[in-house]
Amino acid sequence: MTRTILYNLIQLLFVLGFAPLYSGVLSRFKEIVQSRRGPSIIQPYRDLWKLFHKDEVVSSETTWIFRVTPYLVFIVPLFVASLIPVLTDYPLAFAFMGDMLAGGFFLGLGGFFAALAAVDTGNPYGPMGASRTRMVGFLAEPVFMIVFFTVSFVAQSTIPYIVQQKWVASPAAFFSPAHILLLIAFLMLILAEGGKIPVDNPAGHFELAMIDESKGLEYSGRGAALMKWGGQMKFLVLTCIFLNVLLAPWGLAGDVQPGHVLLAVPLILLKILLFTIVLVIIETSLAKLRLFRISEFLGAAFIISVAAMIASIFSASAA
Amino acid sequence: MVSAQTQLIQGLNALAAGLVLLAAFAMVTTRQVQGVLRFLVVQSLFVAASAFLIGFNRGSIDLWALGCIMIASKVITIPWVLRRLLPADLYERREIDQLINIPTSLLIALLLAIAAEFLVGPLVTAAKDPVVQANLPIGMAGLLIGAYSLVARREAIPQLIGILAMENGAFFAGIAIAPDLPLIAELAIAIDVILIVVVVGVLTRNITRTIGTTEASAMSELREEPRSWR
Repeated sequence: MTRTILYNLIQLLFVLGFAPLYSGVLSRFKEIVQSRRGPSIIQPYRDLWKLFHKDEVVSSETTWIFRVTPYLVFIVPLFVASLIPVLTDYPLAFAFMGDMLAGGFFLGLGGFFAALAAVDTGNPYGPMGASRTRMVGFLAEPVFMIVFFTVSFVAQSTIPYIVQQKWVASPAAFFSPAHILLLIAFLMLILAEGGKIPVDNPAGHFELAMIDESKGLEYSGRGAALMKWGGQMKFLVLTCIFLNVLLAPWGLAGDVQPGHVLLAVPLILLKILLFTIVLVIIETSLAKLRLFRISEFLGAAFIISVAAMIASIFSASAA
Repeated sequence: MVSAQTQLIQGLNALAAGLVLLAAFAMVTTRQVQGVLRFLVVQSLFVAASAFLIGFNRGSIDLWALGCIMIASKVITIPWVLRRLLPADLYERREIDQLINIPTSLLIALLLAIAAEFLVGPLVTAAKDPVVQANLPIGMAGLLIGAYSLVARREAIPQLIGILAMENGAFFAGIAIAPDLPLIAELAIAIDVILIVVVVGVLTRNITRTIGTTEASAMSELREEPRSWR
């Protein structure tokens, strides 16, 4: 029991420690593909270090929401990380605290407060970005729900640890149309939620075109660092759900020996590295969509996820 | 007990089925004529892959031949014929004003896919064959979605591609439920399809030359003489 609690804490430290590295590697790869040199992969750590040592300026016009939000945005991905399989393929101490729906609600809570804080400042760009983020958010919500329903229908459970075992049980299950369609829908969801290229340009610093970035414009010092780190952790957590629950639950530690759990760390990092390459290919080969085309992108994701649900229901009734 | 190899091949066939459905949805979302043609080629490749996999599984030479006919006609000949017959600017054209906008089209395509699952549900339950379970509903869905894009598209070439997508869907369902179909029948269909493409292509070329558009909705009134005579 104490061991599983310890491993759960290791999972949190994994997410906490490697989230900036993940975003660093991602941006470095992108720069290399675009034949530029780009910053070092540890640049996000340096950025965080710098921001934590700077003074924080808070406008006197703002309310408590503005001050609380960075902490919420920082904490929420950690909650989710304690519910999902990051390093082990058996349930840990906190796994039964909440299911996948709870994870979705936690992430939604962070997003909600980030949008509120952006409106709170009175900066004209903040509310604009917040309303755009909400637009992407409410279009992404049904996709998440349908993906979640399909997964829990197939696995007869809503706990992510149990779900992951079902897909790899046989090649027929792994390659079933339902699984493939589900993966594609969730990948599109990750791109939308993480503010990646077909939906949003993470490298853009032009306020009028910003979607995700503009929420943190007013933050400085520690607040900015927490917002940034929280965003990076959220993306790492989404990636872990995609890789460890839906796509390929290989490389996870299978038993309680501490050595195996530590061995899982490089294996998971390798898996994330491969996924990074796929992401870079997507991000460099597509152009950013115009704002009102985003509804088509997420609409397509929704259609694909519903098709996955229908396929899984009918194949289950036929079998 | 099914052997591991058979299971793997059935799994790969199911993967091809999922991607065929995805390509059908992609054809509905794409505006550009060139993009629609490209997704048709991709879909045909997956259909052919499914024919090869089922042929390998059942030890049927016919299905291998069918896959080869599929690749020869849909992946090589038809895109080549269309490219030779029609001016290049036709491919870069986008259909901005569609009869029904794309999100609605997607929803309709989804409803058609659900309807297809319902229609073939009893058959799939009766067959108890994983290959039929994967191919029949998705082939049916591909057929219905192709028919829909035939109705909803305005440009001539996407309409033609709608016919070809319908044929893809029928072929995809057919290889699973009727593996012993005479080769000569399939060959006739394949040649028929190429002929359709040539006829529609030539017609479209002449229409573009005389009228300057290929939009079906713009050709609602009968003209006795070309516009240049006036």
